[in-house]
Amino acid sequence: MSEIPASETSSEEGARIIPISAVRGTPPPGPSDATGPAGSVDERLAELLALLRRRIAGDYEVDEFGFDPELNDKVLLELIRPLYRHWFRVETLGVDNVPAETGALVVANHSGTLPMDALMMQVALHDEAHRAVRLLGADLVYQLPVLGHLSRKTGHTLASREDADRLLRKGELVGVFPEGFKGVGKPFSERYKLQRFGRGGFVTSAVRAGTPIVPCAIVGAEEIYPKIGDFSTLARLLGLPYLPITPFFPWLGPLGLIPLPSKWLIEFGEPIRTDQFDPEDADDPMLVFNLTDQVREAIQQQLDALRLRRGPAFPPFF
Amino acid sequence: MTHTVLVTGVSRHIGARVASALAADPGIGRVIGVDTVPPSSLTRDGGALLGRTEFVRIDLRTPDIAQVISAEDVDTVVHMSLVSEPAKSRSAMMEHNVIGTMQLLAACQRSAMVRRVVVRSTTAVYGSSPHAPAVFTEDTEPVDVPHSGYAKDAIEIEGYVRGFARRRSDVVTSTLRFANLMGPRVDSPLTRYFSQPVLPTVFGFDPRLQFVHEDDVVEVMCRMAVEDRPGVFNVSGDGVLLLSQCVRRSGRTGLPVPSPAFGVLGMLARTTGLVDFSPEQLALMSHGRVVDTTRLAATLAWRPKFTTAAAFDDFLQSRGTGADRTAALVDWLSGLATRR
Repeated sequence: MSEIPASETSSEEGARIIPISAVRGTPPPGPSDATGPAGSVDERLAELLALLRRRIAGDYEVDEFGFDPELNDKVLLELIRPLYRHWFRVETLGVDNVPAETGALVVANHSGTLPMDALMMQVALHDEAHRAVRLLGADLVYQLPVLGHLSRKTGHTLASREDADRLLRKGELVGVFPEGFKGVGKPFSERYKLQRFGRGGFVTSAVRAGTPIVPCAIVGAEEIYPKIGDFSTLARLLGLPYLPITPFFPWLGPLGLIPLPSKWLIEFGEPIRTDQFDPEDADDPMLVFNLTDQVREAIQQQLDALRLRRGPAFPPFF
Repeated sequence: MTHTVLVTGVSRHIGARVASALAADPGIGRVIGVDTVPPSSLTRDGGALLGRTEFVRIDLRTPDIAQVISAEDVDTVVHMSLVSEPAKSRSAMMEHNVIGTMQLLAACQRSAMVRRVVVRSTTAVYGSSPHAPAVFTEDTEPVDVPHSGYAKDAIEIEGYVRGFARRRSDVVTSTLRFANLMGPRVDSPLTRYFSQPVLPTVFGFDPRLQFVHEDDVVEVMCRMAVEDRPGVFNVSGDGVLLLSQCVRRSGRTGLPVPSPAFGVLGMLARTTGLVDFSPEQLALMSHGRVVDTTRLAATLAWRPKFTTAAAFDDFLQSRGTGADRTAALVDWLSGLATRR
């Protein structure tokens, strides 16, 4: 799969993307393409009003984690999709490695000062693999107003053993960034160097559920907010893990919050099976450490290859 | 075979319904209802039918209950007398809940006849916290243990029930943790909250809520009273509603207020004696709470008839409110759009 030239992959994906968005925009299964452009405008309006009616009347369903698929698909993903398509020009590879229906654990590298990579991974899995990814987030997120509940509505939950096990048991696609704040908040000089992988809790959950682990490499997020310094004292006062200094933040104020338009590649690697283990092996620390290392190695190798393949972060300049 | 069932808390709506449902069961010999006050409220809702229940007025906080249990050969005790808000004061509520349960369990422990004890508890024992897992099972250890109000009483009560179950392992002891009760006749801080014209919410938080319909509560309690199902069980309608969804479904206006102001509003409500607005309530309105009910479903081979959403809709219907007006507005808009 990785032998396909980049240009060919992107055109292939482009061809695949169009019908999906066309289907998304039209009302329930009915073939709307038959009705001319005038009819489809009316239909779109009718659908929009139906959506509005459902939202206003509270007539929609959320799951036990607070995931609101309608809000996520019809509103929130629409808002971040332009970033995915046009700002970062994300190319997603190896989608076939993501199981179509069954449970799996996607393990990815984390970078970029702000967790933009989580959002892009969500769009990639939704648009290319047609799966809603359920990310496991830091508990800091769930203490904050607005952010915590927005995160729940988009399908994510707290990184805890109970939640991970429950989601995997239900056959959901779960995503984790085992580096956590160490990864997302690392200085620019350490870009594309995987940090330590916590205690390998994610491996334990995958072994208990017998679900495959899909290593995922994300290239491009490192360059969006190059962190060259840290207001560590102020961060500690505010209870934050770090408060970054970038070439543009805080010097340009809010303008400094605009991410740099680096070129992104997201690759899903070959799944690492865990179903050959007994669920009780999850308590064996040696197995957990070995598997964690195996996953970490796989992601680092993927990262290095993908970075070479991408070339300059800001093509065609540098 | 169940012969004589003692039901506590029959002067309150849900206790009375359980007692009358048990009284309607021909397999049960006698139903004895006890409470601190006579069941006056019953006549108000159309003589809600205690049936052949024999009422005994007892102050639960006194050892009198032991006399009833021994004199009447009670073999099943259904403990419904858990109040969620102070009638007079917080300490009176605590005494009623905790001391009442202690007296009841002490009486059961001494009795040679009692073979089944069913206790009503609440999912509030899990607390509500951003650090807790999204879904609580019966075995989940609460992360932030509630330390005041109703939830604290329930935790203490459950502690005494566990102790009782340990000492009298021959007695079948079932503890039922109910989600927030919902239904046409339920009168709780939460149903009163949803009856207001404007609903204050905590800014930036949209908690997940779960409700259990009063009909399902009655059915679970009655089944537990005649079957041997020892253990702790979560009871809730299937599914989840976000508070924002509840506000929209009720057709009322939500008013997001910052968390500290919400706390102050709550304290004001508390001092006026309207509701027991404890810090736990604020936590629930911020972080919500969802429980797993698979254990109950597997044990009883039964699911609640009302989902969380259906229970809430039934409550709204009884209050004659709903999202009809706002929905009508959108219908009118779409009418305009399609006419074009």
